[in-house]
Amino acid sequence: MTPGAPDSAVRVAIASSDDVVIARQKGRALAMEIGFTASEATLIAAAISELARNIVRYAGAGEMLLRDDGNGMLLMVARDQGPGIPDVQAALRVGFSTSGGLGMGLPGVRRIADMFEIVSNGSGTTVTVGKYKR
Amino acid sequence: MAVPILKQGDVLIASIQLALTDVDLVMLRDALVEKVSNYRTRGVIVDVTALDVVDSFASRTLRDLAHMIRLRGAETVIVGIQPDVAFAMVQLGLTLENIATALDLEEGLAFLAKTNRRQ
Amino acid sequence: MPGLKQEKVQQRSNRDENATALLSELVAHFRELRTDLRQEWAQRITKAQLLTAMTEDEVFTEATAVYDQYVEALETGTFESLQAYARNLSERIIPRGVETDEVVGIVLLLRDVLARSLFAKYQHDFAKLNRILDAYEPAANRVANTVAVGFVQERERIIREQQEAIRELSTPVLQVRERLLILPIIGAIDPHRARQLTEQLLHGIRATRGKVVVIDLTGVAAVDSSIANHLVQTVEASRLLGATVIVTGLSPSIAQTLVNIGVDLGKMNTVGDLQGGIEQAERLLGYRVVQITHDDAAATAAN
Repeated sequence: MTPGAPDSAVRVAIASSDDVVIARQKGRALAMEIGFTASEATLIAAAISELARNIVRYAGAGEMLLRDDGNGMLLMVARDQGPGIPDVQAALRVGFSTSGGLGMGLPGVRRIADMFEIVSNGSGTTVTVGKYKR
Repeated sequence: MAVPILKQGDVLIASIQLALTDVDLVMLRDALVEKVSNYRTRGVIVDVTALDVVDSFASRTLRDLAHMIRLRGAETVIVGIQPDVAFAMVQLGLTLENIATALDLEEGLAFLAKTNRRQ
Repeated sequence: MPGLKQEKVQQRSNRDENATALLSELVAHFRELRTDLRQEWAQRITKAQLLTAMTEDEVFTEATAVYDQYVEALETGTFESLQAYARNLSERIIPRGVETDEVVGIVLLLRDVLARSLFAKYQHDFAKLNRILDAYEPAANRVANTVAVGFVQERERIIREQQEAIRELSTPVLQVRERLLILPIIGAIDPHRARQLTEQLLHGIRATRGKVVVIDLTGVAAVDSSIANHLVQTVEASRLLGATVIVTGLSPSIAQTLVNIGVDLGKMNTVGDLQGGIEQAERLLGYRVVQITHDDAAATAAN
């Protein structure tokens, strides 16, 4: 994989809590490669951790796709074919630090994201998060 | 991957060695709660120096841990949160309210000693 | 009327074809006279006292490269290669002290030298000269533009990098006593700077085992809610590292902004001024500062 090349991407299959750790470690490495600071890379790793965990917890299995979009943005796509989030609005609602958002950590991720998209229905869920390098 | 738990007087010290999965974290929580019940413990220190990320699950689990341990009469101190990890936490809105935090093991022990004196 | 429109399109494409043919003609001409025109240009550069920061040899080398790139851009109509070259050239000459007006100046001089050679060649065919210039001018102007913009962009990039380097080198986190840190904030803070300050503070707390931090805002008149939020985050993150934060020098405006974003000022540790903040910090750390009187000082000196 050549860093910075438009089609350079890291794909991590998510099916267990071990995969959540792998995904966030790879995410941190990719972020550093692209030129994010260590501090930003940690934030990105935390966001990936949230997204990957939601896949394990609510869909059982799915994948995380991480890539440099070529314009200084790191794209993180969490995709699964699970039953979908029944109430997306509730999942995005900011409440108490860990109980708001149905415990999925999405309000926090959305807050730090430069780009945030969520599509969820009976065929599955796709969360797309983008973060720009400063 | 079990986290080693040491006993130093009436303080339990759990040092997380590397990136912990959710499963490991929950196991650690349960192990600590059990040990606090079995030994006469007045304090628990969880050293997260080697933890690469603290997200909402880790934050919630640490809070549960502190709560359950408090119910058993002991205080918890989280030590060793890395600067970047702390920054990421607050940006994500995770604050570990109502849990004592200290810089490192030394500070954590000093905190517990002070709290003990007050009691 | 469809007929007329078709005719206009046809005319335009005829003109384009002619323009292409003319461009090829003048590119061939520029290549043929390369040595002479380049020489003339170099002489004009010296006469105009441009690129004085460079030696004659250097000017010649760059002049050759610029000339060839110029003609190639005219020929291909694509400017990526020229753009890349312009940025590369700028990267090399900016540290030597070459200014924007010099770079624009030499490109315009080349444009003039080439134009005059066209006048010389086609002076006997005024109509042709006009058509040649019609082909030449837009291309030449685009070249001048590309080089100038490339130079300015490179300059801006270098300035940004230098600013960043200065910011990173400057350590605004001061250790005034063991375990007591002060972070004085002065002037306007943008979100980028705010994040940088937070990172520097947190790393400073870890490095010096700071227990109390005084963040002084005396030098800041007002902040917007996003920066106010950063301040709150900084206080919270410091607590996660076991440090207590005292905020001093809060202007009424900043206090109001904090209240507006939902901060309970009663819960935030604030003191009016920096001195008061340091005194409180010392008390928290268990210091007792005693002022030595004149008699004490004399007694000490006598021993």
